[in-house]
Amino acid sequence: MLYIKCPHCGMRPQIEFSYGGDATVKRPELNKEISDQEWDDFVYNRKSLRGKHLELWQHLSGCRQWIKVERDTATHEIFKTFKANEEVA
Amino acid sequence: MSQDFRLENVGSINRDKKLSFKFNGKKYFGYEGDTLASALLANGVHLVGRSFKYHRPRGFFGAGVDEPYAIVQLYRNNETEPNIKATEQELFDGLEAKSVNCWPSVNFDIGAINNFLKIFLPAGFYYKTFMWPKSFWYKVYEPFIRKAAGLGVASTKHDKERYEHKYEYCDLLIAGSGPSGLSSAYAAAKNGAKVILAEDKPRFGGSLLTSDVNIGNQSGKDWAEGIVAELKTMPNVVVKNRSQIFGYYDHNMLVMSEKVSDHLPKTKKYHPNKRLWYIRAKEVLISSGSIERPIVFGNNDTPGVMLSSAAKEYLKVYGVLVGRNPLVFTNNDSGYETAIEFKKHGVDPIILDSRKNPTSEIIDEAKELGIKIKNSYVVVAAKGYKKVKSADIASISEDKKKLGKIENIKCDCICVSGFWTPSIHLASQSGNKTKFKEEIDAFVPGTSKQNETTLGAANGIFSLEETLKTSFEAGSELSKKITEKNNQVSVPNVVEKKSSVHDKFWCVPLPAGKNYKRFLDFQNDVAVSDIEIALKEGYRSIEHVKRYTTLGMATDQGKTSNLNGLQLVSEIENKVVPAVGHTTFRPPYTPISIGAIVGREVGKHSKPTRKSPMHAWHEKNNAVFVDAGVWLRPRYYKKGNENLFEGSKREAKNVRSNVGVCDVTTLGKIDIKGPDAAELLNRVYTNAWLKLPVGKARYGVMLREDGIVMDDGTTTRISENHYHMTTTTAQAANVLSHLEYYLQLVWPELNVNVVSTTEQWAGAAIAGPKSRDLLQKLFPNLDVSNDGLPFMGYMEGDLFGVKARIFRISFSGELAYEVNVESDNGNFMWEKIIEIGEEFKIQPYGTEALSTLRIEMGHVAGSELDGRTIPYDNALEGLVSKKKDFIGKRSLQRSAFTAENRQRIVGVVPIDKKTSIPEGSHLVKDANAPLPNPKLGHISASCWSVEYDNPFSLAILKDGKNMIGEKLFVMSPLKNKVIPVEIVSSHYVDPKGERVRS
Ligand SMILES: [Zn+2]
Repeated sequence: MLYIKCPHCGMRPQIEFSYGGDATVKRPELNKEISDQEWDDFVYNRKSLRGKHLELWQHLSGCRQWIKVERDTATHEIFKTFKANEEVA
Repeated sequence: MSQDFRLENVGSINRDKKLSFKFNGKKYFGYEGDTLASALLANGVHLVGRSFKYHRPRGFFGAGVDEPYAIVQLYRNNETEPNIKATEQELFDGLEAKSVNCWPSVNFDIGAINNFLKIFLPAGFYYKTFMWPKSFWYKVYEPFIRKAAGLGVASTKHDKERYEHKYEYCDLLIAGSGPSGLSSAYAAAKNGAKVILAEDKPRFGGSLLTSDVNIGNQSGKDWAEGIVAELKTMPNVVVKNRSQIFGYYDHNMLVMSEKVSDHLPKTKKYHPNKRLWYIRAKEVLISSGSIERPIVFGNNDTPGVMLSSAAKEYLKVYGVLVGRNPLVFTNNDSGYETAIEFKKHGVDPIILDSRKNPTSEIIDEAKELGIKIKNSYVVVAAKGYKKVKSADIASISEDKKKLGKIENIKCDCICVSGFWTPSIHLASQSGNKTKFKEEIDAFVPGTSKQNETTLGAANGIFSLEETLKTSFEAGSELSKKITEKNNQVSVPNVVEKKSSVHDKFWCVPLPAGKNYKRFLDFQNDVAVSDIEIALKEGYRSIEHVKRYTTLGMATDQGKTSNLNGLQLVSEIENKVVPAVGHTTFRPPYTPISIGAIVGREVGKHSKPTRKSPMHAWHEKNNAVFVDAGVWLRPRYYKKGNENLFEGSKREAKNVRSNVGVCDVTTLGKIDIKGPDAAELLNRVYTNAWLKLPVGKARYGVMLREDGIVMDDGTTTRISENHYHMTTTTAQAANVLSHLEYYLQLVWPELNVNVVSTTEQWAGAAIAGPKSRDLLQKLFPNLDVSNDGLPFMGYMEGDLFGVKARIFRISFSGELAYEVNVESDNGNFMWEKIIEIGEEFKIQPYGTEALSTLRIEMGHVAGSELDGRTIPYDNALEGLVSKKKDFIGKRSLQRSAFTAENRQRIVGVVPIDKKTSIPEGSHLVKDANAPLPNPKLGHISASCWSVEYDNPFSLAILKDGKNMIGEKLFVMSPLKNKVIPVEIVSSHYVDPKGERVRS
């Protein structure tokens, strides 16, 4: 079970969180004309990276904040966690 | 039978406490402190079971966790448990055990015929034998396998035992209480670190219990006892025996199974049977020791052949002789230690040493004691079927390829030592890439992957002096980093006998003309010949060889077989062992009860149960409850002998003709506040929200980004910047997360807060033509007329001193209202409604009537919003704004979603107006079409229409828009039904929606 540092609450076990997918995906702006391809990329197409990956988790059974977690998908090593509005360096 | 093989005054068993037990129906005696294995051996019982494939007789090979095959079915306190290792099961009074894998009995076993049908079960037998013909599988193969195979029988009864889970955090977790575990624990504890020391056996001390060494002028055993006693007094130390750390998971979380009650005849009151510990450790010290390696020779699975370390343990810990005429077969000095113990206790062993001319202090001692030693000698084959009676032995050439003349010598047990294999399972599970250590022919942990440090024999260090030195150091250094204390502990001086190098010899060649089975994996019956076949057939990767032959699989996880298997593969392949590599070690290290894994989450504890504030009233009034997610909701209120169908029909009818009340507390409720609340709703819902006035509710549908309907519900504008959203019971949690996602990540600029208020409000739906009259009496001071409180209107009122929210919304399609009060007042509200409603013939109604009412109105619910439908499919496209953007809108342009013949909700009525239509049935054009019959749609929900008194269903049907009036067939192969039906509008009752507005 992963041990995730919530930037708001501290170290918490994985069971308190739910996974939210790739954190680098940006939702297209509202009311903007976009191509089918762009929309498909946003809704469906994911890379399924092996290695360092920036992903979203929600601290569901804690502060309920969505956070960004930089994690190695192969080793599960967590390098850093960020608040939702924090810039990822 | 008396305990003929028990020595007097030897071992650490409690001879004052004699215990009786039964094995295969026969009564025996043992002592407190025995294992089932030691007690059986004390009684001269060596035959415990039959092997997995060939049903060969099997005895004891090890003395603890190393045991591959002494597995029994245990009976305890009127319960039974399979897969119990006799070497680990502690004896208690009244214990009963039976052999597994034998039928009809361990002495006469029909499956043993497999042993003579060699062609029947070679390598890959899973894949080859039971394949063809296909029709044989159910009738012949499977019943045969079920009867013949398996390592015991699971109980079919409810498990009365209790299992607990515990979460723990510590600085240092130490796996194993041998010399390295005790030293590191002691050093770390002295530095004030929070230490958990876990030992899987009942006794602490590991190898110190059996080795002839001296630490700090005490025997190793006394030193261990002293350290454990001191550790137990320290508040920062948890010392646990009978506790196996069986898995090393991510981020230094390890799981330990503590056997709390297995050694007792019966679990004590308020005690669990087992306790599963989830331990998050800052540092993990693996001091799991090593397991003796077998030497492979002919019939090396015969009962009476066992590891020399096991023979020594039975003698020194339990005072049990595994034979009176032992043969020790060794390639290193460990065999001598066992022989010395035999000799000291009046038994004359013979040592066969594969080495030509070894010398060491241990060997000198054996010689001084007058033990007979034959150098360059090996056991070729064990003789005897159910028990070793003699051994064929021979001299062996220097290159270990040629055998001398075969001689037969009498013996009643063969104690084997092929050197030691470090137990690296935990380190490997942590992700550690192990490395091969040439000097010991075995893998040891490489660079630490997580925060694990491997010590002592587990790390390939077999000198006690070095083990203590490195372990004290590790305990002290690792704890210092955490506690920042540095209380130096001096390492005690050690007296141990020096040993000489072992012989890199592991397998005795077959003598000419002989075809003995030479086993590598004793649990899975994998012999040398099986591996040879696998390689001949082209299997190269060790992972493939493992799966094809089953080498190192199952509960044993290759504890005794792993390295010999690798030696063989590397020899045939002409590679070195590290080039072959080893297979993955997987948790659990030893079998763990399913009960322990499940813990207390069984029965009604498997999920929380949520009850509305009116639950007690429902119970009192004969409600029959149904699970709705985690909620318990009344399905119907039983009157007399009514069944579900009759009761729900009565309740639904009463709603249509008078008034009913339904507990809708379970609906998800989300409180939304902030100046941008309307903007949020406008982006989340498909319809327009910016112009909703205060005091008005609106129905809305929300989509996922892929265009699929996520949920529906009404949201009411309570005040300028305050909205009350309702969701379906099932989606409440998901909708909240969904809103939080967009507010926190996508549109953080929106100034809105959302919070779940599901538990804060109790809700009652009042529905039926007389609901307004009732509402007026509940709130005499309010104007609840059609003008005062129109459809989708909202007002607040005072319900006999209780603040209430009144929404004019309807799920039943009738004139209806929902009244919400704070949860604490829920029951008060409910009783008032029932009391005052009496004059209007009010009846409570449950979820079944609620379903009937919504289905015949064509209102969609979870069965239509099933994660596969878009607004159009549910006839909700009128709610999809063409002007504004919202979540998921872009996806609605997908060609599949705009197809002319897109699926759509319809009503379905049986032609005979009688036959009920099973939910989930398929709709087809031609009931007699050849299979697979093209499916046009499916029945999503069915009811008995109370309005028309005939069955009515909703269906999601291909091209539903153009299908009204068509005649189709409903097919339910599950219920074996074919029903001719007519497709009608989904709005079966009051299609213009006049009642809700009346
Ligand atoms: Zn948090």
